Amino acid sequence: MDVQTWTYILVGITFTIYIGIAIWSKAASTSEFYIAEGAVSPLTNGMATAADWMSAASFLSMAGLISFMGYDGTVYLMGWTGGYVLLALLLAPYLRKFGKFTVPDFIGDRYYSQIARTVAVICALIVSFTYVAGQMRGVGLVFSKFLEVDIFWGVVIGMAIVFFYAVMGGMKGITYTQVAQYCVLIFAFMVPAFFISMQLTGSPIPQFGFGSTLNDGSGVYLLDKLDQLHTELGFAEYTSGTKSMQDVFFITVALMVGTAGLPHVIVRFFTVPKVKDARISVGYALIFIAILYTTAPAIAVFSRTNLIETVSKQPYKEMPEWFNTWEETGLLAWVDKNEDGLINYGPGAAMEGAPSIVRENGEIKRGKLGQPLINNFRTDNTNELYVDRDIMVLANPEIAGLPNWVAALVAAGGLAAALSTAAGLLLVISTAVSHDLIKKQINPDISDKAELRYARIAAAAAVVVAGYFGINPPGFVAEVVAIAFGLAAASFFPAIILGIFYKRMNREGAIAGMVTGLLFTLAYIIFFKILFPEDNTPENWWFGISPEGIGTMGMLVNLAVSLAVGMVFPDPPEEVQEMVESIRYPK
Amino acid sequence: MEDRDLKGYWRKNLKYVGILLSIWFTVSYGFGILLAPALNEVRIGGFKLGFWFAQQGSIYVFVLLIFVYVYLMNRLDHEFGVSEEDA
Repeated sequence: MDVQTWTYILVGITFTIYIGIAIWSKAASTSEFYIAEGAVSPLTNGMATAADWMSAASFLSMAGLISFMGYDGTVYLMGWTGGYVLLALLLAPYLRKFGKFTVPDFIGDRYYSQIARTVAVICALIVSFTYVAGQMRGVGLVFSKFLEVDIFWGVVIGMAIVFFYAVMGGMKGITYTQVAQYCVLIFAFMVPAFFISMQLTGSPIPQFGFGSTLNDGSGVYLLDKLDQLHTELGFAEYTSGTKSMQDVFFITVALMVGTAGLPHVIVRFFTVPKVKDARISVGYALIFIAILYTTAPAIAVFSRTNLIETVSKQPYKEMPEWFNTWEETGLLAWVDKNEDGLINYGPGAAMEGAPSIVRENGEIKRGKLGQPLINNFRTDNTNELYVDRDIMVLANPEIAGLPNWVAALVAAGGLAAALSTAAGLLLVISTAVSHDLIKKQINPDISDKAELRYARIAAAAAVVVAGYFGINPPGFVAEVVAIAFGLAAASFFPAIILGIFYKRMNREGAIAGMVTGLLFTLAYIIFFKILFPEDNTPENWWFGISPEGIGTMGMLVNLAVSLAVGMVFPDPPEEVQEMVESIRYPK
Repeated sequence: MEDRDLKGYWRKNLKYVGILLSIWFTVSYGFGILLAPALNEVRIGGFKLGFWFAQQGSIYVFVLLIFVYVYLMNRLDHEFGVSEEDA
């Protein structure tokens, strides 16, 4: 059977499971819709959190990114796991004891202020919308690549599925679908990794495989081989990287703290019965996440080595089938600059921008060796190969010559990763509207039934908006992910931490801190990413900190402003101080 | 319950958090970033040590730290009578 048939079968089966769970777990009250009645077991919640957290970016893009960044890819590996230690030690148990529905709930009650609540709602909405657009795009991409469905219809199908289980089941439906989605995505991620690790190094465990010797009898370590290939071709050593130390440091902090401040992650810990469960649940979540995150750097090394060995200085004529398939999608391209018929791969971009294929009457125009011709201006360097980072995970099974069902499995896994994250985000958006805005601010007397109806309407509207952005992504989607983390780090994290650990923190300080942290971070990112992208180089950055890492500064600004402004104003009222006291003890 | 007990509980909690977060920082930012070039001189199997900490070791340590904290806090909850399971 070909990849496409296999993909239809696997995607069909997994989607049926998701819908089945949705029908079984329809939510009847706001408590079920918002936090699954707080009755989820810690292990189940850990698994659901892992699926919630690992998005299309973790599944499809991260290993590919790392394989091109080498050591610098560390920022994602540590940055997207280390935040869970902060969650377990500083946030989850206390927020569980607080025991309401949302993050703005905590901010609003702790800082006894509707303004604080509103600032938190705005942050939650910005963070969640930027994030969810990327997920819908991921869904569309998988559909169009593997099932040859138009991106538009791909997104519509994805929307329909999420709509079904998120709008009907709320948190309850989402939790149990996420458990199923975790199983699908981790299986799909690990199977090709085992195979390729076995092929290259003879060790079935990828985590050990990429530190082992090669399978070719030479006795050379895989990483030494890769470093050597890199040096020969003029790249920096794979295990050293090129980013400055302070930038790696700042980006890692921003991603860690941002992770711990993301509302769709925090809210998952409201769903377990006890404080004790919240603590251990974070531990389970990180184990499930670590399985993928410790495998990803191994996949990065395997696919990087396979790629270089397959293409570098080889005749174009002898490229395998997958090379031509991906060329036709424009995600891989070759320009024979020195006309020797060999693929010369090296540092620098082979051409300006992403390849645009020359077409005549819809037919691809080809060069004398059969390679699709490219419109883009060639650059002066000797590199002739363009490789999109996103294809590394998708093309990995084909590059390694694995059976067709493995490639189809990767497609189903990518969909599971994108849908599970999208659903979690949509829930945050809908609760922010129905609970934090309507119930808490506009109409406190609203009945539970009516609030639930608003939650469903808000979820439905959010699905449609997310779908729109998935089909018509703003040109800077990749860039705005930095905004989501930077904003979470610079707004929520300090406000929550101070709220728990500093009893005398008052509303004036917290609001001033959140607003300045938010504006500072936004301004820096918008300046370099959107207004003046041509100036986005290390010489122009403050203290060598890239826009990806500026959230760390934003967090420090927030802390400093909160503490300074807080000193000037009176202490919070007695009952708020008592509330802070009470969330510190499980009973 | 006496107020003094709760103060003691909170102080101990903060002590645990402080110690565990220093390990968290040392392993990830210390071994994985700031000291990585120096540690790369040492090798375990095919891994340079700094690179291994950055892309593998730190993640294992993160998991371990959370479970150590869970263990310590469950014990502390019982010791100070604030556990949700105590009558």
